[in-house]
Amino acid sequence: MIAFFLALGVLTVSGGMAVLAGRNSRLATCWGVSGALVGCLAGLAPAIQVLMGSAGFSFRSAWDVPYGEFYLAIDPLTAWFLLPVFGVSALAAVYSSEYLRPFGERQSLGPIFGWFNILIASMALVVAARNAVLFLVAWEVMSLASFFLVTFEDEREEVREAGWTYLVATHLGTAFLFVLFTLLGRQAGSMNFDQFSAISSMPSVLTAVLFLLALVGFGTKAGFMPLHVWLPEAHPAAPSHVSAVMSGVMIKLGIYGILRTLTFLGPPPAWWGQTFLMIGMTSGVLGVVFALSQHDLKRLLAYHSVENIGIIALGLGIGLLGHSKGQPVMSWLGFGGALLHVLNHSLFKALLFLGAGSVLHATGTRELDRLGGLLKTMPWTAFTFLVGAMAICGLPPFNGFVSEWLIYVGGFRGFLEFTTRSGMWLGLGIAALALIGGLAAACFAKAFGTVFLGSPRESRAHPLHEAGPAMLIPMMVLVGSCLAIGLWPHRVVQFMMPAISGIYNETPSLNIEGMASALAGLMMVSATAALFLCITLALVVLRRLSLSNRPISQTVTWDCGYTAPAASMQYTAASFAQPLVRLFQSVLRTQSHEQAPAGYFPASARLTSHTPDVATAYLFLPLFAKVRRGLEGLRWLQQGRVQLYLLYIFITLVVLLVWKLGV
Amino acid sequence: MSVIPLLLSLGLALVCPPLLLGVIHKTKAILTGRVGAPVLQPYYDLWKLLQKGAVYSRTTSWVFRAGPLVSPAAFLTAALFVPLTTPSALLSFWGDVVLWAYLIGVARFITVLAALDTGSSFEGMGASREVTFASLAEPALFVALAVIAKVTGSVQLSEMFGPVLGQAWRTAGPALALAAASFFLVLLAENARMPVDDPTTHLELTMIHEVMVLDHSGPDFAFILYGSALKLFLFSVLLVRLLVPVHIGVVWLDLVIVVAGLLGLAVLIGIVESSMARLRLIRVPQLLVTSGVLAAVGLLLVWR
Amino acid sequence: MAQGIDLILVLAMLLNFLVLGSSRLRACIRAVAFQGVLLSILPLLLHQGDLAVHMVALSAGMLALKGVLFPWLLLRTLRDGSMRAEIEPLIGFTASLLVGAVATVVAFVLSSRLPSLPSMTSSLLVPAAMTTLLISLVVLVSRTKALTQVLGYLMLENGIFLFGLTLVQSMPLLVELGVLLDLFAGVFIMGIVIYHISREFDHIDTYHLTTLKG
Repeated sequence: MIAFFLALGVLTVSGGMAVLAGRNSRLATCWGVSGALVGCLAGLAPAIQVLMGSAGFSFRSAWDVPYGEFYLAIDPLTAWFLLPVFGVSALAAVYSSEYLRPFGERQSLGPIFGWFNILIASMALVVAARNAVLFLVAWEVMSLASFFLVTFEDEREEVREAGWTYLVATHLGTAFLFVLFTLLGRQAGSMNFDQFSAISSMPSVLTAVLFLLALVGFGTKAGFMPLHVWLPEAHPAAPSHVSAVMSGVMIKLGIYGILRTLTFLGPPPAWWGQTFLMIGMTSGVLGVVFALSQHDLKRLLAYHSVENIGIIALGLGIGLLGHSKGQPVMSWLGFGGALLHVLNHSLFKALLFLGAGSVLHATGTRELDRLGGLLKTMPWTAFTFLVGAMAICGLPPFNGFVSEWLIYVGGFRGFLEFTTRSGMWLGLGIAALALIGGLAAACFAKAFGTVFLGSPRESRAHPLHEAGPAMLIPMMVLVGSCLAIGLWPHRVVQFMMPAISGIYNETPSLNIEGMASALAGLMMVSATAALFLCITLALVVLRRLSLSNRPISQTVTWDCGYTAPAASMQYTAASFAQPLVRLFQSVLRTQSHEQAPAGYFPASARLTSHTPDVATAYLFLPLFAKVRRGLEGLRWLQQGRVQLYLLYIFITLVVLLVWKLGV
Repeated sequence: MSVIPLLLSLGLALVCPPLLLGVIHKTKAILTGRVGAPVLQPYYDLWKLLQKGAVYSRTTSWVFRAGPLVSPAAFLTAALFVPLTTPSALLSFWGDVVLWAYLIGVARFITVLAALDTGSSFEGMGASREVTFASLAEPALFVALAVIAKVTGSVQLSEMFGPVLGQAWRTAGPALALAAASFFLVLLAENARMPVDDPTTHLELTMIHEVMVLDHSGPDFAFILYGSALKLFLFSVLLVRLLVPVHIGVVWLDLVIVVAGLLGLAVLIGIVESSMARLRLIRVPQLLVTSGVLAAVGLLLVWR
Repeated sequence: MAQGIDLILVLAMLLNFLVLGSSRLRACIRAVAFQGVLLSILPLLLHQGDLAVHMVALSAGMLALKGVLFPWLLLRTLRDGSMRAEIEPLIGFTASLLVGAVATVVAFVLSSRLPSLPSMTSSLLVPAAMTTLLISLVVLVSRTKALTQVLGYLMLENGIFLFGLTLVQSMPLLVELGVLLDLFAGVFIMGIVIYHISREFDHIDTYHLTTLKG
């Protein structure tokens, strides 16, 4: 526990020092990055210790806040979420030392390093808090810190816009959490989490309400469709290392919140599982479909976060359904897949956002159709991005496959077992997961292909440069972890065991037929991945042998008889995705503006298209407009005079006093 | 279980694939009144290509060179899970069907990237079509596999396409027939056959798979040809095992039955290709959705 | 035997999808005709006990009407009406197929709620009937041409016929005669309607009936 407090302390202090360093950007960088590194390493130690099997830590001390208690604990579930919180954030901090350098010439870097370290500390506090008040405080600090990070480049209009969207969304979500914890607190008679889980019985209506509150409140942070609207706005606006942490780590804390709430609510009815399956299917499929239609690299990645949260929700649904139907192995596989995907997604999504950051750093644009051929100038970034892309598509031998495999196998287990409607849901879930897999591969073929392959679509004034070591090393570490989890999944899963059984305090015996075959399957997945690499190597040798002493020549790409091909004639991202986008036109509602070529020798033609977010455009904007119209009748209250507002406060006070004291 | 049948089936899987292509070509030649190339022509082609040097485009990078290596490697790995004659494949575990499908996904992904690496708009077009159709074929494939899984009670390829099927055809015949039909459509789409793709077209604009590999040459192209033959072989073996669930128990006889089934399937594909035109591209998604719907109806049938 | 019945029912269900997915009117007419032929075999297979004469008569009548007469009439209309032999659906073919799949799922779920009759030889009978009914409604709703409307009614009748088969043991003739009469009247009226529409507007697209409103 001391190490954990040390981590929190170092992060806060170094954050403060970075702010104090102010305009001296080198000093601020030094304080911020070294503090983040030391703090995160210190924080990782207890997490790993708990996952290795040592008893959990806890710490409590009185706190002056009403109903509050400074109560922290690290159990396996917390420890599992601490891994990405500290691990990925540390790497992002190292990356930021170089990434932010150009900004330092224009503005002070103190605040961004300060808020970044505060964000890490608050995220750690969120997962360790065992008191609802403390949890909400940490949650709010986390939201605010990330808001200030998102609005780092606040001189740009769209960044301010995105910041507001994020702030509104996150606070609406938090409002639900307030209600959730208040209701729980009234039942338990205390705001401590262990009291919550000790609630003996609740009416089923109340648990249903609590479940839905948690779903909306935490789901807003996690980015379930249609509560995801802030993600595609905030992620592109934030600096890339912040996007990496927000998308890789912070949205997972929504998942953590849901899991933690589940431990309070007692045995789950089957419809919870089905709800999660439904959420998973919509978020997964729609997330990836929207990603396909994007032209902005970081926006595309943001929609993929929605997709992956959908996959995690599918895992949770399978876990809950398995638990409620008394299928421990299925439940284990579902929860295991979800938890492993939490870690995996934090690794590869951070990797991809850092890669996108390097591209942005070098070229100054995120527009897919203005990039191209970067593989030749930025070979290492391209390599890491390719690994991230393959991992996120769930392709072996990388880590994404392992967690998707667990979810598939859990789904199949229930599917073969059940004869009722739940089995039908699982069948649909499996089909949806397959569709998501196919579409994700299409989307990342588009992203990687247009950015890194072929030749540059625009000529640039100055030659591009590869990212420096401070940016590349964190990305290489992430590549290593993606491959390691893909090659040794059984090791990682053993590590994860206590966290899975922490959710419902049940550990299926390793000797049951299903468990044994699942673990054996993981070994085989690992062996196959290794075998696949070996066969590839063998083919490399084979080609080298067959090409030795034979002529190898270079020429132009086959141009189908056209003699003057130009780089601008390459297939663009928009045209690559067009068949799929048209197929899903009914949900995407892509708007295109076209100036068709005219005459026999057309001089110019244009085609632009953009896809507004369907939830923003058709759900939230009309809803908010309606709310505003409804509230227009209260406009007379706003006169803009301070005295009047003081009068309102005074009246409220009197009314409350009269009401409470019961005159 | 002895080692010899395993090695035998592995050897068969390594050697046989181009033969299927040869039979398809021969069937098409006969049906259109030509003599056609010898059945063994694909082998001669491979051999000739392996003797050649290579030509690379200046636009390309290592991704382009990795394509022809990674995709056959993925198919070779996937081949280890396909039960050819023996009761069980060389590798087999609970849930290997997912790994099998995703290995094929790896091969597709890298082939598409290699095509995009050339910077050619035609190859980009082919790549775009490939991923479009593949992402629709994927759910259809999984639903069809789910039907078979439900009927056989397993998600292990060796059991799903194993001796249990013989009994299953008696109890859930219509559902399995629907799954088989769906699987056949997926086979045609995944392997770039008519009516989805025309493997013999000469116009780049109308191709899907062939246009993606236009720029590969020499041994690289040999690897690609072998890889796509192997992919067709893998799908065909599964379909034959599904349709002809005969298990005598004598390795040699089982082997003869499967090979005969494969040749029959190759002739069937040849007949389909000679009697049908390629669908308009815009109609292909409908075909794949039909395939998914067929499998879904099959699923409903086993569900009752 | 049971396998044979199941196979026929599954084929009949798949023909619904053919109607949904095909863009050719001719193919649709043939599909519905083939569905009728398939269904006309069913009474012979489903009977329990001796083969009654009225059963054979029913089958034969069904075959003659649905397998021969109606398709012939419709194909003739298609030829004489000199209209385009392509269907112009209100929703796309792929979407129609998906809607059809959803309708099938709904049909299966609903029919699992129905109490099962002891006389049913095949548990697929009710789902197949329900599927055909629902998909025929989809066809009626989503296709504009008057001819496709007739096809939709014919499919609807096929579905009702399948339902009738569940009662064929207890009250055979009553159900069947009513159904066939219904249908005959329906086609008769639609024939007149088609004739009139094609006279007045030169093509048979019911969408143009909307111009009649004041």
